Amino acid sequence: MTTTEVAGTHAAAPPQARTAATQLDKSGQPEWHNIRAPDARSTLTAAVTVPAGRRELAVFLRNPNALFGIVFLSLMVLVAFVAPLVFPGDPLAMVGKPFLWPGQDPAFPLGTDSMGRNVLAGLMHGARISLFVGLAATALGLGVGIVVGAVAGYFGGWVDDVLVRIIEIFQTLPNFVLLVVLVAIAQPSATTVSVAIAIVSWPMVARLTRAEFRAIREKDYVVAARSLGFRHPRIIFSEILPNALPPLIVTASVMVATAILMESALSFMGLGDPNVVSWGSMIGAGRELIRTAWYLTFLPGLAIVFTVLALNLIGDGLNDALNPRFSEERV
Amino acid sequence: MAHMSEAVAARIPSPATCEREKRPMSALSRIARTLRRTLLQAIPTVLGIIILNFFLLQLAPGDAADVMAGEAGSATEETMRALRERFGLDNPVLVQLANYLGNLAQFSLGFSPRYGMPVTDLIGQRLPGTLTLMAMALAIAILIGLTLGSLMAAFSGRLPDRLLSIFALLFYSVPGFWIGLMLIVLFSVTLGWLPSGGAGTIGASYTGFQAILDKARYMVLPATSLALFYVAIYARLTRAAMLEVKNQDFVRTAYAKGLSPRVVTIRHVLRNALIPITTMAGMHVGGMLGGAVVVETVYSWPGLGRLAFEAVMGRDYTVLLGILLLSSILVILANAVVDLLQAWLDPRIGEQK
Repeated sequence: MTTTEVAGTHAAAPPQARTAATQLDKSGQPEWHNIRAPDARSTLTAAVTVPAGRRELAVFLRNPNALFGIVFLSLMVLVAFVAPLVFPGDPLAMVGKPFLWPGQDPAFPLGTDSMGRNVLAGLMHGARISLFVGLAATALGLGVGIVVGAVAGYFGGWVDDVLVRIIEIFQTLPNFVLLVVLVAIAQPSATTVSVAIAIVSWPMVARLTRAEFRAIREKDYVVAARSLGFRHPRIIFSEILPNALPPLIVTASVMVATAILMESALSFMGLGDPNVVSWGSMIGAGRELIRTAWYLTFLPGLAIVFTVLALNLIGDGLNDALNPRFSEERV
Repeated sequence: MAHMSEAVAARIPSPATCEREKRPMSALSRIARTLRRTLLQAIPTVLGIIILNFFLLQLAPGDAADVMAGEAGSATEETMRALRERFGLDNPVLVQLANYLGNLAQFSLGFSPRYGMPVTDLIGQRLPGTLTLMAMALAIAILIGLTLGSLMAAFSGRLPDRLLSIFALLFYSVPGFWIGLMLIVLFSVTLGWLPSGGAGTIGASYTGFQAILDKARYMVLPATSLALFYVAIYARLTRAAMLEVKNQDFVRTAYAKGLSPRVVTIRHVLRNALIPITTMAGMHVGGMLGGAVVVETVYSWPGLGRLAFEAVMGRDYTVLLGILLLSSILVILANAVVDLLQAWLDPRIGEQK
């Protein structure tokens, strides 16, 4: 990968706009239809704009791996929503005989654990916490990372220097160690775990956003926007950010996957919210019984693996769809 | 891939460092220059980490006096006040920060009442265990990753490539602690081939080769669990890098002068593809330390990670933050080593910066 490739990820401009740009280059003179009314030109381009993202969507949907990811993830979201309806009781409550193996008792299709808790109910309720933490942490991390990266990349100068230093500090601290420290200091709950994961994951977003902004800020359309007297927030959010989005969208899906992995590792170590059941805490509890009842460890792990795999497949599909240069290379 | 973009972002030189040296530099002066630049850049980062560390320590519930009172079982208001006075905990925050920096300058990270020894000694005891585990995991990851990646690149677009790609993605999605437990089920419980935890046979006094073999037997499973995630990354990275290098002129030249495909792949393609992999390996030291925390708790491996876990469980924040600080410094050192390695591998890198 080269620098130009990262910069070249916003090749999503509609073909019409591209031809307009070449005409502009050939004549050497900007093709103003009415030099006194620059708006006239913008309405012209607006009229020919292809609905954004249709080609990308088509490429994405043609990818069987990505489709599998979408289907599996939708299923998990559905499971998370219906869990309280299917198993209205507390999933941590004792409901049957302990150590029933999967298939042994039709009332408990995935068996029960050492305390007689229903494994299926635990898995379904666990989906709620994993997805919540994954999405909340990603949303927070993306928000902070984009703002910091955008400000650093757009303004440059001493603001950039200071922000890059801060990003560097957070990137040097080993993520998971910092996460453990943060969760240990704050009391563990779904919210604090999400915030802590966001704190360790924003620097990557900030770094990526900054690189994109540095590449885009010198483009003609940004210079044009500046010369039209647009304010900084408008240039940042409606001129540059939309063009910097493709790599960020890909990163977001990978971030959700990473956040789910981090949450499960924390709860496995007993650092998660003690009052809710999560896949990681189920593995942590099953760990002591691994010699006799390995299914207690195996099943929640499968749930994690497939959810994270689905997210990674979606991320790959998005990457292929949004970054055609790279996907050509992949074939 | 997110990881690659990150690597790219890391390599973008800032305008200030871009002025190019016209005269050719010898390898030694190039490396010296890289070393000086890396050290200068590390200073503000280390300072920032120390200050952040200090404020995290302030945020932690309870202070050293509380911990000691807790260890002692009971304490009156007066003893608490005396303890706070003795450790300077009643001073203003800035004075405490100055004291903390002063202690650090003497390589003192504080005292752990729980273990009854200075934190520096405690970490020093556990560090070698983690470092050997990480080194082994990194070696496994790079070796298998390079092999899989080369295979994928050789069969790019065909069935083996697609299958291996899915496997790589699967490895990438598996939590290290879970695969660790599953490996225990398979190799320790069912097959009985390998031990399920610990760092060596207790009570055995092996010497020489047998001692190493014994150690290796205990290390295989934890190192593999830790490595799997990185195998996936290196495989994908090798594949991408090799496909990129493959289309370059010097590779065509190599074929044109009649070299066999195997020689071209190994000597021309793979060697150039190694550069992004060294960058990534350096960046992964922090991640591997984090992974070691979890894997060490699975295999009761006596390292930093397990120490961190015990410190969390015992609410021993001095130890915890000492580990955080030390592991950050480890990451900085690893990055410096990678910078030097690259300045040596690729003459262009040292000159450009």
